[in-house]
Amino acid sequence: MRSHPFRTLTLRTLGLVAGVLLLLVTLTGSIKWGLTQVGWQTLLNAFQTPEPTQVELVILNTRLPRALIALCVGASLAMAGALMQALTRNPLASPGIFGINAGAAFAVVAAAAFFSVASFQAYTWVAFAGAAISGLIVYGLGSAGRTGLTPLKLTLAGAAMTAFFSTLTQGVLVTDETTLEEVLFWLSGSIVGRSLQSLTTVLPFFIAAWALTFALSRPVTTLLMGENVARGLGQRTGWVKFLSALCVMLLAGGAVAVAGPIGMVGLVVPHIARFLVGNDYRWLLPYCALLGGSFLLLADIGARYLIMPGGPVAELLAGTAARVLSDEVPVGIITALIGVPFFITIARRSVSE
Amino acid sequence: MKRKITIRIRPLHLSLLMDVRPLVWLALLTLISGAVFVISVGIGEMYIPPGDVIAALTGQGSPADIMVINSLRLPRVLTALLVGMALAVAGAILQGVVRNPLASPDVIGITGGASVGAVACLTLLTGIGSQWVSVAALAGGALTTFLIYLLAWKKGVSPFRLILIGIGVNAAAVGLTSLLLIISPIHTTSQAMVWLTGSVYASSWETVWRTAAQVAVFLPLTLLSSRHLNAQELGESLATGLGSRVQLHRLLLVLYSVALAGIAVAAAGPIGFVGLMAPHIARMLTGPSQGQLLPVAAVTGALLVMVADLTARTAFSPLDLPAGLFTAVLGAPFLIVLLLKSERHV
Repeated sequence: MRSHPFRTLTLRTLGLVAGVLLLLVTLTGSIKWGLTQVGWQTLLNAFQTPEPTQVELVILNTRLPRALIALCVGASLAMAGALMQALTRNPLASPGIFGINAGAAFAVVAAAAFFSVASFQAYTWVAFAGAAISGLIVYGLGSAGRTGLTPLKLTLAGAAMTAFFSTLTQGVLVTDETTLEEVLFWLSGSIVGRSLQSLTTVLPFFIAAWALTFALSRPVTTLLMGENVARGLGQRTGWVKFLSALCVMLLAGGAVAVAGPIGMVGLVVPHIARFLVGNDYRWLLPYCALLGGSFLLLADIGARYLIMPGGPVAELLAGTAARVLSDEVPVGIITALIGVPFFITIARRSVSE
Repeated sequence: MKRKITIRIRPLHLSLLMDVRPLVWLALLTLISGAVFVISVGIGEMYIPPGDVIAALTGQGSPADIMVINSLRLPRVLTALLVGMALAVAGAILQGVVRNPLASPDVIGITGGASVGAVACLTLLTGIGSQWVSVAALAGGALTTFLIYLLAWKKGVSPFRLILIGIGVNAAAVGLTSLLLIISPIHTTSQAMVWLTGSVYASSWETVWRTAAQVAVFLPLTLLSSRHLNAQELGESLATGLGSRVQLHRLLLVLYSVALAGIAVAAAGPIGFVGLMAPHIARMLTGPSQGQLLPVAAVTGALLVMVADLTARTAFSPLDLPAGLFTAVLGAPFLIVLLLKSERHV
């Protein structure tokens, strides 16, 4: 057993409190910082005045929905990743790596292009279906054969399905140039310009999935001791696995419906949480939720500043032929770039062990 | 009884052991490829019967036919052919080195890196000649592979680590590509998008000559090292026991694979799954010995891409779809079957 910093109950509870604080700080920061300057006084006023000014409107209509979406999506992706890592006994498991995000994204793009689906409600269901189908395919492929689920097999299957779905998505976009500009940003994983309504559509599913995930934390911890042990202790492992998979589908599909395929959150955050509290899912899952929310909020703040007009990168780009389309980078790109070093470290370790 | 043909050229360290069966397959596949080539050149907005195509190719057809074929059809079909060969051989090398039937340049991030290079060139330096796009793609592919190799190094490179790290690096490459797409103006974006799906749409004679020259360098080089590839496939200790300098040849072979993949990506964008499928089909036909596998894989790859491109531009006419779409549609079921049957290998 590797030792981790938070071993006693007191420390773990304190850590949880610190996590909540971190989440609140990043949430406030996400509302306050950005292209439009906001003072503390304005920030407080925005939630109180009956007749908001322009800046206050920015806060209420743009910043707040965005921050809340980042929070929910980050928490959901992190929890989905943690569940997948337990289910597949594979430290590299996450919705992004295993092609679940790509499948959901393809489903949404195809529905928009071929069946002119436009309502957000419909997108959500389509995303769930896409997540479920690609998840099933990858799991089925990875578990085929006598050797069962080796990490390598599952990861390869996931990478191949990701390649497959993203080629199809690109194919759809090539034939349908009008939606390209609109969808491109979403496809890289973005939470810009989403209304609160898009979140409220998915929120019931999220809440149900969160509740179910927390309820599953004890059986999943048991399952981690090995399937035979869990069965010997009287657990109906089939049900636990099925319900966990259902949670993963709801969490990842919902996240894609709101924010597009955001990668690496589901990989990175569970590992940070595991480093802090170990592999006890009763503690790991709440930590994942808190840290996942904070992680995506932070990445989103970074996404605002990376190519902000007047910033160093924007100046650099001004010298080239590139005309910057927007003031921001989709947050999915930031998380991907942060996540890859993590992935590589874990890959190096898991192969040598 | 199997008859074998041995080709041994001592000064080149070349030694190929050929069965008759692979040679028959090679001839058969070449014939089919030739037929597809002629048909592919003939089909399009203006249909030219195969007889006239052959006449035009030998310089005897009507001037109109010759014009259409020379300026429009031929470069495209030739590019498809060359790209297919390069991708197939790149995949065959990787599968041998990594000893995993699922490895291919697109899965482990080589084409991803090449894409970053090319898209950077397309979006940041608009108006630059197409030869630089190919240089950028090659550089991107080489740099990425170097990075993967470096990161996978831990007292030598284990094939498993190479794959996993490659998948990770590929994720970063995808991120960078979308970043570049987003900071570029929309008309370059859709141009880059077509390219990213893998298309031989805009091939010119210039592309053909450049690609042909590059392929003509690296294919023979690969064939010359086929015996080292055979050794690699036996695994680390057996290969060492045979007297092969495992790490050195692993590096060289990976370099050839990168070069071939980069050449293909530069010419046509990342056409997926060809590097995965073609070597497998070839292995089913010829057995595992690389000396006979590589040529058959090359022809199979050429056939695959030509058929994919033919389908892509005729099936949904007047829409001219990227060939990569159809190789992906073929490749995914292929992969499923492969994974289901791969108990012994993976």
